[in-house]
This record gives sequence, C-alpha cells and structure tokens, in this order.
Amino acid sequence: MTDTANTGLRIERVSKDLGGRTIVDDLDLDVRAGELTCLLGPSGCGKTTTLRMIGGFLFPDRGRILIDGRDVSGLSPERRPTAMVFQNYALWPHMTVFKNVAFGLKLRKLGKREITERVERILELVGLTHHIHSFPARISGGEQQRVALARALVLEPKVLLLDEPLSNLDAKLRVRVREDIREIQQRIGITTVFVTHDQDEALSISDRIAVMSGGKVEQYADARSLYRWPETTFVAGFVGSMNFYDGTSAPGGVALSDGVVVPCDDLSTSEEGAWRVAVRPEDVQVSVGGDGAEAEVVREVPRGHYKELVLRAGENDVRAFVAPDLEAGDRLRVAFGRALLYRDGVLHRAPKPALVET
Amino acid sequence: MSAVESEGVVLGGLGEAELPVAAAARGPRTSMRSVGMRMLGGLFVVCLLVFMIGPIVWLGLRAFSGLWQFPQLLPKQWTVAGWRTVFKDPNLSHSMKLSFEFAPVVTLASAAICLPAAYAFSRFRFPGRRVLLISLFATNAFPKIGLYIAMAGVFYSLNLMGTFLGVVIVQLIGTVVFMTWIPTAAFSAIPRSLEEAARDVGAGPLRVFFRVTFPLAAPAILVAMILSFLAAFDEAQGTFLVGVPNYITMPTEMYTLVLNYPEQVAAVFAMLLAVPSVVLMSLARKHVMGGKLAEGFQIR
Repeated sequence: MTDTANTGLRIERVSKDLGGRTIVDDLDLDVRAGELTCLLGPSGCGKTTTLRMIGGFLFPDRGRILIDGRDVSGLSPERRPTAMVFQNYALWPHMTVFKNVAFGLKLRKLGKREITERVERILELVGLTHHIHSFPARISGGEQQRVALARALVLEPKVLLLDEPLSNLDAKLRVRVREDIREIQQRIGITTVFVTHDQDEALSISDRIAVMSGGKVEQYADARSLYRWPETTFVAGFVGSMNFYDGTSAPGGVALSDGVVVPCDDLSTSEEGAWRVAVRPEDVQVSVGGDGAEAEVVREVPRGHYKELVLRAGENDVRAFVAPDLEAGDRLRVAFGRALLYRDGVLHRAPKPALVET
Repeated sequence: MSAVESEGVVLGGLGEAELPVAAAARGPRTSMRSVGMRMLGGLFVVCLLVFMIGPIVWLGLRAFSGLWQFPQLLPKQWTVAGWRTVFKDPNLSHSMKLSFEFAPVVTLASAAICLPAAYAFSRFRFPGRRVLLISLFATNAFPKIGLYIAMAGVFYSLNLMGTFLGVVIVQLIGTVVFMTWIPTAAFSAIPRSLEEAARDVGAGPLRVFFRVTFPLAAPAILVAMILSFLAAFDEAQGTFLVGVPNYITMPTEMYTLVLNYPEQVAAVFAMLLAVPSVVLMSLARKHVMGGKLAEGFQIR
C-alpha cells in the first residue's frame, strides 16, 4: 500500500451489485507487473463487470482497486492509468485512424510534432501506417481491432484492459490477432487483463488465468496447472473436456457407482470414501486384451489429429481421445491413467512429492 | 470428343424443347399486361406531377402576370408590379424582416431546450420517461387552434400577449417534437462505448459530448433544426393570435394579403415564403449526404 513501485494491479475484496443481484462477490485478484491475466468464465460470471471496475466505468460497492500501490477505486476513467480495448472496438467513426489514436494525446496538450511522432510509432508497432488517414469504416475488422489497440497503447497506460477483443473476428483471424496481441504485450511488457469466454484463447496467451463463476474466482493459475490440477469441479468441467463419475476409491483403482472397477494407478489422493471422479479423455487408456474394465464402443468421432471414442462401461459413458489410426473394434478394455478426486466440489490432493506440480 | 459433342447436342435440345413451352404459357399475355401496367404507371406519375408541381407553376406564372383570365393557358401580359409592391410596401418588407428574426431565435431556443432533454431521454432511464416522450406529441394531437385559445388565456394573465417572447413561445411549441424526437433517436444510435472510449483516453464528460456525441449526432440535429426553422417560419395561427398587431410575420401577413392586395402580390409573397424551405433542404442534402460525415458513416 505504501509501496508505489511497479507492483501491478491488485483487486482487494471487491463486490458489486447490479440490479439487485451480486455480480462480483468479494473478489481478490493480483496481477503482477508485466503479466497478462485472463478472466475466463461463462457469460454472467462477472468477468466483464470486474474489467469495467478496473477501468472505472463502474465503481465497486465494497473493496478497493490498487494500481502500482495507488488506490484508484474512486477515480473516473479519465483519471485512471488504464486503457481499454472495447469488444466492438469503439473507434470514433468521424475521425481518421490518425485522429482516433491522437485524441488522447491532444487532450494531454502535447506538441503537434510529438503527437505525430508517437502516433506514427505506435501505428508502426501494430502495422497500420498505410491506413493512417483512413476512416474506421474503410478498414477491415482486424485492422480496426489494431487501431483500437494502438489508441489504448499510445497513452502508455499502466494497465491494458481487453474486453473480449477477438469475438467479432472470424476464426482464422482470431488466432492471428491474439498472437499479435500477445507479442505486442510482451514486447512492451504492459500489465494486461484480458476478458474472454473462450478457453482456447485464454490458455494460449495468458501468463495466468482466473476462472470465474458466480462473481468469484474459482481458480487463479497458469494454463498448465489449471488444466492438470483444476481445483474445483467447475474448473474441471469448464476448461477442456472431462469425464465425471460418482465412485469410491478401490484397491488399485476406482469403483464407479454401478460397481464397475476401473484400474487407475495415479489417483490424486489415496483417501477412502465416496468421490466425484474426474478423468481427462486423453488420460483414458484403451486396450484390446489388457488390464481394465470391459467397455463397448458406442461411437467413433474422427477429430483430425486424434480420434474421439465414446465407450460404455456398465452404466457410464467414457469419452477417450486415442490415436487417429486406432482400429477400435466393438469391445475394449478401459483403464484410467490419471484421475482427480473431488469432494464437495473441491479437489483432494495427497501431499506426496510425486504429485507436486512441475 | 464426339461424346462431348453429342452430350452438348442433347443438352441443347432439351433446353430448346423447354423454352417454347414456357414462352407460350407466359409470352404474349404478360407482354400485353406489362405494357398496360406501364401506361397506367406513367399516367399515375403524370397525375402526381401535375398535382404536386402544378400549383407551384401556377404560382410562378401568377407572380409575373398582368391580365390572366380563365380560358387562357398563359397570361396575356407580363409584369413585375407584384414584386415591386412587395419590396416597396413597408408592411410587407417589415413582416419579412420579422419572420427572419423569429425563425432563427425560435430554432436556437428550441435547440437549447430540447437537445439536453433529447440526450437525457436517450441516455438515462428515469421514471415517467416514456410518458414524457409520448406526451410531446400531445401538442400535435389536439387541434392547434383550441390549444392556442387556451394559451391566450394564460398569456393574457402573464402579459405575454403581443410581445416578442410570447410569439417565440407559441412558435416554439410546434418545434419541440422535431427537436426532441429526432436527436433522441440520433443519440440512442451512438453506442455508449464510443463515449466510454473517449472517457478512457482522458476526456471529461463535457468534452466527450462536444467531441464525440455531438459530432456523431450532428447530421440528425441539423435536420431537426431545419425542420424546426421551417415549422417556426411557417407558423401562422398562433403567431396571429399572440403577435397581432405588434408582430406580423410573413405567414400572418398572408391573411391580410389575400383580402387586401392584388392577386399577384399574394403569389409573389407565397413564393418568397417558399425560399427558406428550398434553400435549407438543398443545403441539408449537400452537407448531410455528401460531406465528410457521410464519408465517415458510409452513407450514400
């Protein structure tokens, strides 16, 4: 609090009610300087509300927001060291690209030459110098996106906020632009908060991801731990695909609710009792005559670089990702290579060293 | 090679075989009907033109005519006497001057009152918003003259009868609907994020309005101002009731003109009355549709 050094963004116990509903509920979040954090969650989870509170478009009902140690909770957007890229880009249609980018600089009463220099430099960074005098309506969606980014970056904000910036682009362009955004973000080392509902986007560009649900952060971790060690059943189900079963731990595996025992040599905990068992489809091992529970092949779905098998073991469906050339046949044996055990929605992990994240 | 050729022949044959059938079914009758429709359409357009432009042509001829009696297609004598009378008569020229004073004052006053209201209607949700918005039509829904009689009562008690302010107020009433509804729609069409983006880069609320919201709504506001100007300029009933005898504008002058002056003077005056409409409408066309704004909005 007293330290005003480059400490990034801190959200402390922030709550926000809108229309009689609690949208953001006692939220804590810490974004280190230069880090790109994604707020990931289904619509209505409070991620956009959180972003708008960081930008100053909404004020928190409780709690506070600190940027580099300074409390900005009560400041209006024009007084905050934040810059936002809006979902629809929000470029001013009556101004050229140059004027759009220069507007904020003009408000800061900079000299004409400095403004021109800085605008040109930033447009070069986003690769748009050739459109400097075009009107926004004349350039493509991807280019408008980059103008919006340039307009935000030219003011050298301390925190860059991106509100689902890729949702209006087509699939191919989305992948390219998100890589561009990541590259630019890393080059200038700006603290960034990125809101998305697309887990693919979140996993591929973030340093850390905050998965949100019901106005709370379910888990805040890097992409790998989030995927390998989802702390709650919500995260486990939201990020990637997952098989869920009710079961108990049995010697050498798990006994599913219908009594079928599936061998598994890597359970997240060896504790006894009833569990919610979560298994990634790529952790399902299938074999023709080997060790495992008997299963019937219901459906094969070719997915390009892998094949998805839907199997039926007892009363449960098992989804498995296998090599694309595997000839499945009718009957297979199923084992779990790795299973996560949840109780009351929370992951239980044995404190043994082999399971510590690497 | 031959296979391809024979295939082509077969296909061609099929095509030809089908065409005459279709033509026979639709051919002659449709062409007859379409000629008939076209003639009917042409007749309709001619009627419409006569109906719309006819009176204006008559007015134009009348303004320059000397002697012109019914069976004659064109006037027998041409003269500019009517014009001379209009510009020499002190009453008439004074009423012109007054009209060109009232209309801009009313337009600006209307803008000053209605534009903030329009912004509030579009940006804020407050109790009674819809009722207020609809009630703006009330002044147009009732017979105007009844409204003016009631107003006259109020104006007498406020000593507004026969005053400049009284005339401004009575003319203002007819402009409120244009000045509120059109800009409200225009403001609502501007995404809020455009304003937020301006706040984000450091502009305060007032600057956001003048640099972003207003320029984007400007074409619609211009249209609203033109309509208001014309409504004020053409307002006769209320102005007559409130302004006489101190303030007699061009439209109110028309009442006396028709009774007390030769016919061609009234024609000249009527043409002069149409000048602002023509000028303003063509200006609007040029600047709203052809200018930089259209470039930015991609309006053609």
